[in-house]
Amino acid sequence: MVSVAQVWDWLAEVPDPEIPVISVTDLGIVRNVALDGETVVVTVTPTYSGCPATSVINFEIETALRAHGVADVRLERQLDPPWTTDWLKPAARDKLRAYGIAPPIDGTRATGVVAGRINRLTGGAFVVPCPRCGSEKTQKVSQFGSTPCKAAYQCRTCLEPFDYFKCI
Amino acid sequence: MTTKADLDKALFEGLCRLGDSTLVLGHRVSEWCGLAPVLEEDIALANVALDLIGQTQLWLGLAAEVEGKGRDADELAFRRDVWEFRNLLLVERPNGDFGHTLMRQFLFDAWHQPMLKALEGSGDSRIAGIAAKAGREVAYHLERSADLVIRLGDGTEESHARMQAALDRLWPYTGEMMAGDSTDAALAEAGIMAAPDSIRPVWDALVAEVLGEATLKAPESTFMHKGGKQGQHSEHLGHMLATMQWLQRAYPDATW
Repeated sequence: MVSVAQVWDWLAEVPDPEIPVISVTDLGIVRNVALDGETVVVTVTPTYSGCPATSVINFEIETALRAHGVADVRLERQLDPPWTTDWLKPAARDKLRAYGIAPPIDGTRATGVVAGRINRLTGGAFVVPCPRCGSEKTQKVSQFGSTPCKAAYQCRTCLEPFDYFKCI
Repeated sequence: MTTKADLDKALFEGLCRLGDSTLVLGHRVSEWCGLAPVLEEDIALANVALDLIGQTQLWLGLAAEVEGKGRDADELAFRRDVWEFRNLLLVERPNGDFGHTLMRQFLFDAWHQPMLKALEGSGDSRIAGIAAKAGREVAYHLERSADLVIRLGDGTEESHARMQAALDRLWPYTGEMMAGDSTDAALAEAGIMAAPDSIRPVWDALVAEVLGEATLKAPESTFMHKGGKQGQHSEHLGHMLATMQWLQRAYPDATW
């Protein structure tokens, strides 16, 4: 009989399909693992509502567990509380940076309160250091990057474009 | 006294109003894919559209569950006819130019974000959960659309003129967002959804602030179109649905 701890260890090796250097547990989207009789129940929360990787992630989790000999797998979706980048493990942040993606800067989540943020909207009051050269002379090119979870930035020192994993 | 059946019927309507508005705007915004003025904006538009379609799956999925007739989100999106759609008239307006698309987005986001915030307090935990999820995404939509309305409004003579024209044209479609009917009243009374007019003060303040920064002037006319939430649409929605629903209509239950 498989243990819950064993399943967590296996899940820690399932890569995120978009950013394969981090695992689904690094990302903090696996909310619970439980046993229901012989069935392994994995509860997953989506990153963004429309993220096309969600169904791929579920498929990858199921495939990985089956490869480890788990016959009965059930995936459940949990929306609440909503996923937040605060749940990204510290080690995952280093992996992101090494991969060329600036990790989220905690406490900078968009609130939708535009009042008082207009300076920030037009100028950008928080600094996202370049993941390649470490320069703090960077600028936001677009609020949305290659996927909904990222923003597009450019480094004004090394001139390389890069993705910033934005806070949500 | 409202019965459970009456309330479920109102809830189905309310959920379709939310889900159809995100669906129709999501589809409209996706029409820009490959056509936006610069690559970064093309990607941003596609990402906003993706968020909205994702939220649609949640809202219409719940609507189908509440309805209890065995339909799902896809069936509601692709197999209903135009008069069964409950989206706001604002979101079915054609894209026009890039500035017009952004102005429509901003006027909607300025309503969408505070509405989701209010819905986080819903007595129905399913609605509160979806609103909390969607709200985080929409906060980014609002920041982007407000930012670009300011940049283009307070931009060149050409961009200013286009943004003002977009505002003048879209303004009469904004009132519907804050106008309630008996369905809204029943849902508000039950503590399930926020009354549309409760969003008015926040929307007014936000729009005034951003338009001020953008050096744009809201029209003085108070005439407002309405009817989308009750299924009375402009001719534009039918054309949009003909494109959006074509495959599922021609090849029902197609898989690939």
